[in-house]
Amino acid sequence: MVRQVSSVAVTERRAPATAVATGAVRLTGVSKVFGRGSSAVQALDQVSLEVAPGEFTCLIGASGCGKSTLLALVAGLEQPTSGEVSTGEEGRGGGRGVAVMFQEPALFPWLTAAGNVEMALRARGAGRAERRQRAAELLRTVNLGDFGGKRPHELSGGMRQRVALARALAQDAGILLMDEPFGALDAMTRDLLHDEIDRIRAGRAFTVLFVTHNVQEAVRLGDRVVVMSSRPGRVIDEFAVDIERPRRIDSAPVAELAAQITDRLREEMSRDAR
Amino acid sequence: MPADYPEAKTVPVYAEKLAWLEAQEAPEPGQRGRTLARRAWASLWPKALAVIIVLAIWQLIHISGWKKDIFPGPGGTLGNLGDQLKTGLLWHAIATTAERAVIGFGLAVLTGAVTGALVSRIGPLRAAFGSLITGLQTMPSIAWFPFAIILFGISTTAILFVIVLGAAPSIANGLIAGVDYTPPILLRAGATMGLRRLSLYRHLILPASLPAMVAGLRQGWAFAWRSLMAGELLVIIANQPSLGVLLSTDQDQADMQSATAIIIVILLIGIFVHTLFSMADNAIRRRWGLVGSS
Repeated sequence: MVRQVSSVAVTERRAPATAVATGAVRLTGVSKVFGRGSSAVQALDQVSLEVAPGEFTCLIGASGCGKSTLLALVAGLEQPTSGEVSTGEEGRGGGRGVAVMFQEPALFPWLTAAGNVEMALRARGAGRAERRQRAAELLRTVNLGDFGGKRPHELSGGMRQRVALARALAQDAGILLMDEPFGALDAMTRDLLHDEIDRIRAGRAFTVLFVTHNVQEAVRLGDRVVVMSSRPGRVIDEFAVDIERPRRIDSAPVAELAAQITDRLREEMSRDAR
Repeated sequence: MPADYPEAKTVPVYAEKLAWLEAQEAPEPGQRGRTLARRAWASLWPKALAVIIVLAIWQLIHISGWKKDIFPGPGGTLGNLGDQLKTGLLWHAIATTAERAVIGFGLAVLTGAVTGALVSRIGPLRAAFGSLITGLQTMPSIAWFPFAIILFGISTTAILFVIVLGAAPSIANGLIAGVDYTPPILLRAGATMGLRRLSLYRHLILPASLPAMVAGLRQGWAFAWRSLMAGELLVIIANQPSLGVLLSTDQDQADMQSATAIIIVILLIGIFVHTLFSMADNAIRRRWGLVGSS
């Protein structure tokens, strides 16, 4: 699916990007400005980024670097001011074939854990029997097999976020966008959820675009870490993570690469301060 | 094409670690130990105490001899009420009034829901009618009766008309508030799941606005009940005994005992229906985890 807003792109006579592979994400010269006139804020400036199918890409940067805006553009929740965003996924049931996990679980409080997962299946048009069976499977996948009947307020923060993960998986999308999904969790729960993500992706390698401000987390999870600058958000650097899985967040290679990336971020921030 | 994820049970150590962790952080279950009888008693005794205090003050005033000829004591009044409950007339009157309340409130819910849905969905309508609906809420419904009587004559229709005008704005406003305050994060989650238009309303916006809607219904009921009582006192229809007619007859005959007894009946019906709405409200809040289980 291609959405194309920019007049720049038209004058360049760029070939239509419909040939993007399933599960891939491509951003070409994407800018996003919020507001207009003197109060306009440029959130993203000429961002180009390509994520291959099945790749796990982490976006990292100081707050205000437009990471979340970038995800909203890929999810189709916002439209770019200029540039082009495309995903290889055909829109299913009106969606873009893109599942999203937010920092908050964003579960519907009037539904049980199973009901929340079933809602995503229902939106895709799944029948009742299929919904029930699939929701139970997905809850077992995230280790919540016995908690399907609980309502969100009866679950802990980590459990809620895992229900949200099951709900995102229920969309069976080729692309999963995660916007600091573990930012509000304690270190131990976060560590367990990292293991869980690895385990689930061992079954099916969907594409992930993962936003975080935690450098260790990015190195622990990603195949690649993309570093962004703040105000306006630009891609300034990227690091391939060639560390064998399973990884530990406190292992030496992870710490070493994280230190390098942190140095790069510091450099950028001190330039900002000047 | 459902993907096959490896089952969690293949990693027992992991599951164990997780279970331990969750036992530490899962919210405490509420006070389940308390029996139903004890809970009922805990909620009932303050109300019983209030009734006893009111009856005691009433009795004291009666004993003091203030307006002794016309001011009845609680004993006489409650005796009168007991006698009336044995006759068919009071029950007939209650039935007539209840029927009007049900029909009037039902029409108000219909009108309010349709208006609220249209106004909350359509921008220009909202700009035009939003403040008008709030304005109507502050309008004393008794002021509509001359209008209604000229329009519909001395008839049940006139009463129902005023009930709808009195109650529908609150119900519409409840719905509008509910739609407005649907949390944006849930709307984003719904959008990424592919909920659109009708399914978005059915599965997200309507359930999310339920608490505000119930609050609107409760307030609407209070307005409907007031409008109905005002209507029954102003629009006296021959051969149709209602609570308002009985009260009005008592006024004509200066029958203070009976008038007080009817007032008690009106009060009790109002409290009863209000309690039903409160129970619905509490059930929703418990379900959503907005209150403790106590």
